[in-house]
Amino acid sequence: MNVNERNTPMNDAETPLLEIRDLAITFDTSNGPVNAVRNAHLTIMPGETVAIVGESGSGKSTTALSAIGLLPSNGRVSGGQILFDGEDITHASEKRIIELRGNSIGMVPQDPMSNLNPVWKIGFQVKETLKANGLAGANSKDRVAEVLAEAGLPDAAARAKQYPHEFSGGMRQRALIAIGLACRPRLLIADEPTSALDVTVQRQILDHLDTMTTELGTAVLLITHDLGLAAERAEKVVVMYKGQVVESGPALEILRNPQHPYTQRLVNSAPSLSSRRLQSEKSKTAETQLTKPAVVAAPVATADDHIVQVSNLTKVFKIRGALGKSTDFKAVDDVSFDVKRGTTMAIVGESGSGKSTVAQMALSLLTPTEGNIKFDGVDVTSLRGKALFDFRRRVQPIFQDPYGSLDPMLNIYRTIEEPLKIHKIGDSKSREKKVRELLDQVSMPAATMHRYPNELSGGQRQRIAIARALALNPDLIICDEAVSALDVLVQAQVLNLLAELQEDLGLTYLFITHDLAVVRQIADNVTVMQKGRVVESGTTDEIFANPSQSYTQDLLNAIPGATLLA
Amino acid sequence: MSENLTPENDLSKSAKPAARQGKVSSRVIEHFVAPLEETPLVAVDKVDMTAAPLSLWADAWKNLRKQPLFIISALLILAVLVVAIFPQWFTHIDPTDQSTCSLNDSGEGARSGHPLGFTLQGCDVYARMIYGTRASLMVGVFTTIGVLLLGGIMGALAGYYGGWLDAILARLGDIFFALPMILGAIIIMQLPAFRDNRSVWTVIVTLVVFGWPQIARITRGAVIENRNADFVTASKALGLSSFKALVKHVIPNSMAPVIVVASISLGTFIVAEATLSFLGLGLPQSVMSWGNDISDAQPQVRNNPAVLLWPALALSITVLSFIMLGDALRDALDPKARKR
Amino acid sequence: MVMFAFRRFLQLIPVFFGATLLVYFLVFATPGDPIAALSGGKPMAPAVEAALRAQYNLDQPFWIQYGLYLKNLVTLNLGQTFSGQEVSAVIARAYPVTARLAIMALAIEAIFGVLFGVIAGLRKGKLFDSTVLVASLVVIAVPTFVLGFVLQLVVGVKLGWARPTVSGAAPWNELILPAVVLGLVSLAYVIRLTRTSISENMNADYVRTATAKGLSRRRVVVVHILRNSLIPVITFLGADLGALMGGAIVTEGIFNVPGVGNLLYKAILKGESATVVAVVSILVIVFVVANLIVDLLYAWLDPRIRYV
Repeated sequence: MNVNERNTPMNDAETPLLEIRDLAITFDTSNGPVNAVRNAHLTIMPGETVAIVGESGSGKSTTALSAIGLLPSNGRVSGGQILFDGEDITHASEKRIIELRGNSIGMVPQDPMSNLNPVWKIGFQVKETLKANGLAGANSKDRVAEVLAEAGLPDAAARAKQYPHEFSGGMRQRALIAIGLACRPRLLIADEPTSALDVTVQRQILDHLDTMTTELGTAVLLITHDLGLAAERAEKVVVMYKGQVVESGPALEILRNPQHPYTQRLVNSAPSLSSRRLQSEKSKTAETQLTKPAVVAAPVATADDHIVQVSNLTKVFKIRGALGKSTDFKAVDDVSFDVKRGTTMAIVGESGSGKSTVAQMALSLLTPTEGNIKFDGVDVTSLRGKALFDFRRRVQPIFQDPYGSLDPMLNIYRTIEEPLKIHKIGDSKSREKKVRELLDQVSMPAATMHRYPNELSGGQRQRIAIARALALNPDLIICDEAVSALDVLVQAQVLNLLAELQEDLGLTYLFITHDLAVVRQIADNVTVMQKGRVVESGTTDEIFANPSQSYTQDLLNAIPGATLLA
Repeated sequence: MSENLTPENDLSKSAKPAARQGKVSSRVIEHFVAPLEETPLVAVDKVDMTAAPLSLWADAWKNLRKQPLFIISALLILAVLVVAIFPQWFTHIDPTDQSTCSLNDSGEGARSGHPLGFTLQGCDVYARMIYGTRASLMVGVFTTIGVLLLGGIMGALAGYYGGWLDAILARLGDIFFALPMILGAIIIMQLPAFRDNRSVWTVIVTLVVFGWPQIARITRGAVIENRNADFVTASKALGLSSFKALVKHVIPNSMAPVIVVASISLGTFIVAEATLSFLGLGLPQSVMSWGNDISDAQPQVRNNPAVLLWPALALSITVLSFIMLGDALRDALDPKARKR
Repeated sequence: MVMFAFRRFLQLIPVFFGATLLVYFLVFATPGDPIAALSGGKPMAPAVEAALRAQYNLDQPFWIQYGLYLKNLVTLNLGQTFSGQEVSAVIARAYPVTARLAIMALAIEAIFGVLFGVIAGLRKGKLFDSTVLVASLVVIAVPTFVLGFVLQLVVGVKLGWARPTVSGAAPWNELILPAVVLGLVSLAYVIRLTRTSISENMNADYVRTATAKGLSRRRVVVVHILRNSLIPVITFLGADLGALMGGAIVTEGIFNVPGVGNLLYKAILKGESATVVAVVSILVIVFVVANLIVDLLYAWLDPRIRYV
């Protein structure tokens, strides 16, 4: 099939390809109907890329999915119109929608792990797309390989014979892109197409998607939580907030000159757009009020006051293979770095870089195979009994998953009280006073203490986790992807809190993350890891200004939209 | 499986420059800003203090209270419990006293004071049904407690510590699964040691021996799901010992599926006891039980089905209420429904 | 796949030894005279007792006894019943009847269970779904022997649609009623399993993606929802075949079907423990083999398993 055949003729340019007018979507829940989307409107011209930006729960995916009739079964369009190429498809018949799906409107879903059927071969899943849209001729096998190859899947003919579980995440996403574009749709709905992937892979796949849709003249409706990414990839950005469109317009204009307060908030907090380290509100005011001397700078640290010294750290895991044979896997390979007291050291790397294993060893939850970690001059691995118990008081973790880090059976009071109880600090009265203080420190109302974790949002849970970590007045906090699962604004809020606490309490952070944008906001020093080894390390400013390794350069390039605001 | 197999780097380089500057459209794009009064801003991540705080169990209870399935089954179970503990409240005839049976009444139908008629031996069917409740319920309740203790502890330890204990438990489970419960119970119950000392307790021991692997499997799975949760790791990092973390965090969080299965199992244990008694291998004839009554009534089933049907009905309704309770609990304790 | 099958087969060996050892241990190493256990506590002629001692090598140490018992089991040398018939011959006569019964019960389960389960799962929350759910709970709650008597009474005696008891040859048509009774409880489980599996899969991401590709509703249901949902159901059905063979004891007793279950039932009543042990051992073997077949079936259906 000729690629150009379906390209939009010029005279069509004035009819919008997709037009959504005053759309309202209602979900019927056990607590009655909920309006998920109100007064939403957007217009996509042929060949144009439009991005919907919003936090989770903003209604961005719901709006997009309504265009191909993929609302969940309890959702319905309760008002407004959806026009595709001038045709009203708001309440189109099932038959008409099925006709449109695939060859007029394609979709690339979010999570590559769950969106391919695990029991069918990749080739089969591509072929049935072609078949359903009447595009599978006699040479359908070749066509399948062709489509997969176009999406950047190497050795496509052989790969087509494999099952999804034999593919990596990036390859699965390429297969999904192949499926989405196989029938040359005029509109592609891409729902956070890469947010589940490593940053460098993310960028490669987005670039490839960009090139393909430009060549094919496909219009793209990109759904993302990342304003920087939206501005980089789309001509037009639509910002949604609590089910409503609050602002829309040319991408760069929205980014540089946001009008609605919510958009302004987003632009100010987007980590990918930030170019400096966070400072607390207090020290900001101190800087602006020039009457006072700026003494509230970062805590003073003498040149060699290292609270953590990691030297030649190595961890080897045995992986059990077939028939009881086991192979060695070096998760961490000869890693060394020092952390100065009162500063933040970030360890950056993609999945499989060994960064979390380093964190586990620093917490003394895993024993190193070789090398050692010194905390305040004492080798952590040699700690036993009382000394280890004391170490546990001084080093605290904060984990990634806000849904997993608090015991759902304990209320907030008992959660924060637990460390005090374990270390037998105070009586019940003084403990309650301490819990109140801690909640106040993390800006949570004291009344929260009677609540249970499931009643709090992800950001609030993370603040409770911070309060629990602070209960024992630790010296070092190890944050393992502590903000990665949070929405942009909430993430900024938690990062600010961490920065404030560092200043007030002189805390040291070991900050494990995959996100260089976050590093820019929180860290003083960075260690970049790849496949268990340290690639590069230095101060944050040095690394961002002059990365000496190409891997670091790749990671930096992968931050979307970083150069757009300059 | 590796990402290295794909020449992603080559692809990315060719496409990189275009995207860096962002895209500028040749078309005129209107810049729309919604009026602020229509889209008011809310403070970021505000704590919702409107609803009353609820623990997991309180929340489940709130859901359960509204479920007809739960209300019906809970009321039925309550009624059965009362009958089992105080049978004398429901009939003035004490069927354990042989003198209340008279062969003159053999097979007679219902009459005043004897609403359900008489058995072949001339005993009152209704009174026997009421007094038979206790044995069935005792078997169900104590077997469930037994399997919960044995299976729960074994499963929790195997799931939490893994290693050789887990391996042994897995094989042991396989062996017991290869022997269906009724078959295994048949073999045990006809051993001399059991056959000559038949009582409620021998039946309970037999059912526990063959019932525990199922609870062990469920517990093990639930514990494995929770043992690596961040809140467990966090507690260990706070200085809590590994065993205390199991007791304080892992086990409470693993209870929900175990309780559901235990409730349903309670019903199936009652059925198993009745089946064994029906085969003549369960409770001794001296113990009044539904299974025995059904077994006794079997020869006359064609002439006088009522004598068989009444204890069967009592048995079925009791079992049904426990299974319905389990079903209602499963919905109320479903972790998927709780995340928001 | 061959590798996988081989590994599964190896895992089976300890289960086989464990289960037979368990049975043997229970009968021959628990307190009390095994001869008393074998005779059902009834007095017996010295000649019979001597024959039993020889059959089970009771003068040998336990492990040798067990080894010889295994050897006898494998060579189908299972001893004699009280009436002097070869146990292996009796089993050989009874087994085809039970197999027929179990296969019919399995077919009923598979056809109606999957059918009702799929409809209920696709229409979750509707009237059909709720009705089927409640009905399945009732069926699970009513013990098989009660169901058996009721159906025998109503269908067999009152309505006269089927023979209340089965004749000696146990032809297919007479086995329909017992097969329904035998399969009914499992049928309820199959319905519930299918329903849960279907409704879970309906919300799977890959089903939404399949819909977005432009596939017809029918194709989405058949190719993507059904295929994936039936994997656990087929596993259950396979394991159930073994359970049905054992569970037949009650059903065959009620309908007087001359199968293995009935044989076992009568042997228990007569106290012929030697026969009981032999029959149960055979059933364990059937059950273990059925489980192996299920494992292989599972691997064939779900490509993710094969490579683990």
